[in-house]
Amino acid sequence: MQNQLRDYLLSQPDSKITIWSNNEGFVWLEVDDLPKVLEYLLTLPERPVWLTHVMNDERELGHGFTLYLLLHLIGDFTLTLAIKGLDDSFPSLTPIFPAFNWAEREAQDLFGLKAKGHPDNRPLILHPGWQIGFHPLRKDIPSESLNDDKYKSVPLPVPNALGEGIFEIPVGPIHAGIIEPGHFRFQTIGETVLNLDAQLFYTHKGIEKLLEGKDLLEGLSIIERLCAVCTVSHSLAYCEAVEKLADIELTRETLLWRTILAELERLYNHIGDIGNMCAGVGFALGNANGLQGKERLQRLNHEVFAHRFLRGVVVPGGLKIIPDSKSLYALKNHLTEIARDFEEWIPLILECYEFRQRAVTTGMLKRESAIDLGVTGVAARASGVNFDWRTAHAHLLYPELAVKPVVEETGDVWARISVRVCEVRESFRIIMTLLREVIITGESAVKVSPERSGQVRNLKLPPLQIAWGCAESPRGTDVIWLMTDEQGKIFRCRIRTAAYANWPAVPLAVLGNIVPDFPLINKSFELCYSCCDR
Amino acid sequence: MWNLLRRSIKMGRLARKISIDSGTTSEPILPELGQSLHIRHLDCGSCNGCDWEMTALLNPVYDIQRFGFDFVASPRHADVLMCTGPASTHLVRAARDTYEAMPNPKCVVAVGDCAINGGVSQGSYASRQGIGEVLPVQVCIPGCPPTPEDMINGLLQIIGKRPINLQKAD
Ligand code: SF4
Repeated sequence: MQNQLRDYLLSQPDSKITIWSNNEGFVWLEVDDLPKVLEYLLTLPERPVWLTHVMNDERELGHGFTLYLLLHLIGDFTLTLAIKGLDDSFPSLTPIFPAFNWAEREAQDLFGLKAKGHPDNRPLILHPGWQIGFHPLRKDIPSESLNDDKYKSVPLPVPNALGEGIFEIPVGPIHAGIIEPGHFRFQTIGETVLNLDAQLFYTHKGIEKLLEGKDLLEGLSIIERLCAVCTVSHSLAYCEAVEKLADIELTRETLLWRTILAELERLYNHIGDIGNMCAGVGFALGNANGLQGKERLQRLNHEVFAHRFLRGVVVPGGLKIIPDSKSLYALKNHLTEIARDFEEWIPLILECYEFRQRAVTTGMLKRESAIDLGVTGVAARASGVNFDWRTAHAHLLYPELAVKPVVEETGDVWARISVRVCEVRESFRIIMTLLREVIITGESAVKVSPERSGQVRNLKLPPLQIAWGCAESPRGTDVIWLMTDEQGKIFRCRIRTAAYANWPAVPLAVLGNIVPDFPLINKSFELCYSCCDR
Repeated sequence: MWNLLRRSIKMGRLARKISIDSGTTSEPILPELGQSLHIRHLDCGSCNGCDWEMTALLNPVYDIQRFGFDFVASPRHADVLMCTGPASTHLVRAARDTYEAMPNPKCVVAVGDCAINGGVSQGSYASRQGIGEVLPVQVCIPGCPPTPEDMINGLLQIIGKRPINLQKAD
């Protein structure tokens, strides 16, 4: 397959392949050929999965604006399609592959380039009201002009719905509960939702710009704070990119503990999310159980890794904390108890007729829509898309753990809760298997391993290099794309989180449902705003 | 049924007893608010860590209603505004409107390092350096994020009560 692909790419006029190995390809294309090549890739029997879409201002390097598309193909092959020399516009790929919708609108806002042929030209990430011509990711924008007095709040452009019996319900940006901010405009007919427009990016903080010029450790502390509940996944993705650039080999011990950390994060999130879904229908018993399970796991995180959200543990080249044998047994014993407890309370939810009745057929996301929109994680697997980065790509210790992807076909709220329940069990199994290995081999006596932190401090990265890293967060695949500048600092860091990939699917899943089911549907996707808005 | 009973016995064990000391240590920050606070959460661009810890205040372990505190849905019902995040530019107006909608007397609490001084967002084009640039902050609860216990103690400080020390639940 790869040879055939390679021949096809080489047959494109003026294409240039700079990397081609068993797992990775990088090809420069002519601007006008890009849509055609993408179309070809999408007709392959196994459609590629989009990982990220990166616009970059490389004018100072003589490349003009550059666009990189990172795709993952069957056989664990990651392909980058790149075009350079863009001047004031780029061809929109959204009509071919709607997954690029937001990324292209974002590039319009942040770089001031026009996405030619894009069906929706409204601003996205910078709300309307910013000064005309303010495109913060252009490198030539003077730093003194980078402040927020360039913004005057104006009304958002939302589509109209007219006709007899049509109501409009505006909700947010400030919501009634403890939730993040976003504006939802429902157009309804009776109780049924006819259309939903979700305006996010209220928590946009310009993090990608902030990262530019930072060194790699400063970058890590910002990346860890993109979003609290996916801290480990984001730092794993970032560190993978950094480690590729610095050419660092990881020890088995590091890989093992990183796998455990990733699964601990999945556990507390999934268990908390199951509880929150119960809150979405006012089911107090289920909610209380989910929340107490999450609380116990977070306390365990704190006890073993000194942070309730596991911040500050994953560092380039290794880990800050490797549990000693005392915390190791604490981890094992508590997890055994929490797993037993989980099996005790989960039937209370799954066998509750009223809950089931609310969840089945609610908030359906069709498989085709999930594929077209490039949905990832639990939301994709609940809609019959068999994709989990843990099985799609050989990394950490996942290949030898034989992780089973959990796939459901129905695409409704019930499917999303079922996927989470099965993944919780799988995570418990993974952690227990790995802990057993640690106990048997009797490793792990040191708390902070000095040579590793030393390695981190002297980290020097090669100039003008590109690398990417991915991790399967509780919400889906997170992708971090990194390019260094001449001093080995960050030139560009593009963050594509699972929430960013999945948000466009929420309004689609809500259509035809009744307004009171919106909280439930929203919670079944359980997407963050912060790491989407950045 | 039996299962349910066993669960409730277990849950009872989880929410540990805490001694709520009725003695006051200091002057309450806003005596007019009395001993029961109604709280409105306001996300001003946080990373959601502070917000999740605030959600944890409602779980069976912290259960803040027993202190006389509760979260309310509307700023019109609120005495206290708990703000998280550095005040991202897109939210400045909503933050002001929310504050305006609250009746007097009212108290603004900056929760977390971002809300106090901008945290990691310092120097960004799309955010202020703390909610103090937008609203009059009276109480700060530092941390990244502060633990639920820190938040309870911050709230107790408003009504002039002594801080608690939660024992470990497990
Ligand atoms: S203080 Fe820390 S946890 Fe709170 S919003 Fe800021 S980065 Fe997130």
